[in-house]
Amino acid sequence: MYGVGILKGLGVTIKHFIDTYVDDIRYAGRKYMRQENFEVRQGLKAQGAFTVQYPEEKIAVPERFRFVPFLIVDDADHPERPGHDWCTSCGICAKVCPPQCIWIVRGENPQTGRPIPEPEAFFIDIDICMNCGYCSEFCPFDAIKMDHDYELASYDRTGAHIHDKQKLSKPFSYWRTIAPTTAAEEAEARGGWEHTDVIKERKKAEAAAAKAAKAAAQAEQAEAAPEAEAQSEQDAEAAKAERLRKREAALARNRARKEQENQNDE
Amino acid sequence: MADQTINSEALKTGDISAAVDYLKAQYPDAISDDTREGYNGIIIARDQLVEVARAMRDDLGFDYLSNAAAVDYLGIEDSMEMVYHAYRTSGGAALAFKAQTPRAQAEIPSLIEVWPGADFQEREAYDLHGIAFPGHPNLRRILLWDGFDGHPLRKDWQEAYYEEDHKPFESRWPKGFVRRAEELNIYGKNVKYPADLDLNSLADTSEESVYANMGLGVDVQQLDNGDELQTDKLVVNLGPHHPSTHGVFRMVVTLNGETVEKLEPVMGYLHRNHEKIGERNAWLHNMPFTDRLDYISSMSNNLGYALAVEQLLARGARYQPPTYRAEVVRVLMVELTRIVNHFWAIGFLLNDLGAFFTPALYAINERELILDFFEAVAGSRMMCNYMRFGGIYKDLPERIHAVANLVNDKMRDYDTMDYLVELINERIPRAVDQLDQYLTDSEIIRARTIGVGYLPKEMAIAYSAAGPLLRASGVSYDVRRADPYSIYPELDFDVAVRYNGDIYDRYLIRLDEMRESLRILRQLLPRLEVTHGEPIMPGGKQGPYMPRVPIGESYGHVENPKGELGYYVVSAGDAKGTQNPWRYHVRAPSFINLTALGQMCRGHKVADIVAILGSIDIVLGETDR
Repeated sequence: MYGVGILKGLGVTIKHFIDTYVDDIRYAGRKYMRQENFEVRQGLKAQGAFTVQYPEEKIAVPERFRFVPFLIVDDADHPERPGHDWCTSCGICAKVCPPQCIWIVRGENPQTGRPIPEPEAFFIDIDICMNCGYCSEFCPFDAIKMDHDYELASYDRTGAHIHDKQKLSKPFSYWRTIAPTTAAEEAEARGGWEHTDVIKERKKAEAAAAKAAKAAAQAEQAEAAPEAEAQSEQDAEAAKAERLRKREAALARNRARKEQENQNDE
Repeated sequence: MADQTINSEALKTGDISAAVDYLKAQYPDAISDDTREGYNGIIIARDQLVEVARAMRDDLGFDYLSNAAAVDYLGIEDSMEMVYHAYRTSGGAALAFKAQTPRAQAEIPSLIEVWPGADFQEREAYDLHGIAFPGHPNLRRILLWDGFDGHPLRKDWQEAYYEEDHKPFESRWPKGFVRRAEELNIYGKNVKYPADLDLNSLADTSEESVYANMGLGVDVQQLDNGDELQTDKLVVNLGPHHPSTHGVFRMVVTLNGETVEKLEPVMGYLHRNHEKIGERNAWLHNMPFTDRLDYISSMSNNLGYALAVEQLLARGARYQPPTYRAEVVRVLMVELTRIVNHFWAIGFLLNDLGAFFTPALYAINERELILDFFEAVAGSRMMCNYMRFGGIYKDLPERIHAVANLVNDKMRDYDTMDYLVELINERIPRAVDQLDQYLTDSEIIRARTIGVGYLPKEMAIAYSAAGPLLRASGVSYDVRRADPYSIYPELDFDVAVRYNGDIYDRYLIRLDEMRESLRILRQLLPRLEVTHGEPIMPGGKQGPYMPRVPIGESYGHVENPKGELGYYVVSAGDAKGTQNPWRYHVRAPSFINLTALGQMCRGHKVADIVAILGSIDIVLGETDR
């Protein structure tokens, strides 16, 4: 019979129409109010229309969501280095960036002219950035991460779209809030919640302290020298350990960088 | 006599080496092996190219020309060459053959007589490489316009914002000198015209100049058909800004009354020379760029490129193939992408038929849920950038989980496997059935689509049509079965095929393919459970960010939702080790499928053109590259 196909099709349309309103009735006006209703409405159990009432409600983006990157700095209340950059200006993100939207000025010691592991300036042109996530994927220090804030529209294209270091920097606690699982995985890989350098330095310091304590214990056991001398000796040893630790930290950083480069050359 | 028949049948199904031996015996002077390191296939003297190609097609059964790409070897051999990959629609590996020409006055005979599917690909090589193809009836620029100076894929051509030959650029680190690219080139200073272009002709906006060089020869012209109805012959311009073209695509149509006599596709409005960008890029840089080809199905684009580069990497000493877990997740993503794409294609085909947006929105309802999954796994809904050489970016997360960050953010939290199981076993099959119930029997759709846009089997093969377009014409050619990759050999699925070759069958075959994809996905679920927690990269280590790729060429192709997507990549090597592809060519199914559009539209009405174009399912990001 002619027209049956069309009627069947219209049946589907009316089912959709009704489903949408059945939902409204089922939630009795609370469809848009409650968090748990949102999860049902925007999930696999959803019936009828899928509409999200943006901007009154927004779908929170999943953890791995990637938008224009930001730089991680230590929190303001960090005991050792508040506000310190995690970035060591090794330049891997600038090299791996497909559209080449990252510019880094490597920090330099003004006296010696030797590079120091800190960026002097850091720019990202967000008009060019294609949100691929390579910078954060390949950063050996977990210092650059992809942000979740996608509301970046502005009226000023020429002035506002090159983000500098100040604008890019966000505290580490922010990263832990927006991506708790990923941050935990990364911390596990690093061996602690701190920056790799801090973790290494702490380990060195602990080792040195343990050594010093052992030495002190030995000295006490021997009871050979007067207490004052032992004290000064201990001070000297601590200073030496401090120097050694600093030097070794620098070496370790260099090594890490070289390793990374070697690995990439392979 | 009987012996001969058996012999010729054996040749048509024999392996590649037997075919090469046959050709060598027949044309001893014309054929030599490609002995360059890392290359394979044969080199054919260009004066005998057409003859040999005809023998390949007729005697050896290589009826399907998949890919024709030009390569400029400036500085290595100072020659240019065309690389062809011919396949049998009955399945099997490619017969790769090449023809070389000096760079100055580059000329290679056209293969359009043997494989009409070479049409657009040769025009592309002419446009971008400046190789002439004597014998081609319509050798004009295809992606660029006539006022374009030079041939951009030649190695000595530089773009207006040229900075360096290869990324990474020096100016980024350690002395990052930030500036906007526009500051280098103030507007108006970056356009060069060819010396013989008459700039005054650009001011001419008359009808004649708009359709100049189209080979149409009519404007409005009254026809005298004797006793028949007096009709006018006229040229109608459809697009580029026409909503039914799915982007910016133009068709110049010659009409006799209301009937289409000739259709000339005009493209390139979205051209950005993807391939030149790809040759400036390092190997890994290209991965996110492939997302932007066919932006509906970025996951499969990623896979094709990964396969091509892995073929090259496999020649290195320390190469390890992708892990089983990685392959399972790859296929999961690719098949979900196929469903996404076919939902989209069917929905928008209905748009083109005039059912404005209700069917389209019903069709893409489930697409939202799949994209939510992509977003949670890969980090982006459409620009997934998920595959890596040797594996994938990250394993599936335990939970699809969000944290509120912005004002008014509402959270969702699902278990990933539960989500997948419900999606694959409940939600998508229901949606496919609903679409089937909604549209298949509709008298309007049947009246508009059955018998319209007919593409016969032989013509579909000859025009190198691919994907649903080819299979709806009765050719059961699917790269997943014909030249298998990844874990497809161990999966149980059928190649969907329909025989009528019209719009209706192209619609039906997409439903069939979605159901086959669901079959595959159901087989993947237990595999995902079994491989849970296994490494996703060989050795569990992240791949290098500047992989060193051994010298050579490779052609990786996958069955994309829109057809066969191929990547022809060449690694040339230099003292510092190769970090950039020497050649990066994309065999774009949307582009090559359009070759047959003119044929399919002939004799139909203007309103049918829109539907026929919709049934091919093109994406301009891929067509124009």
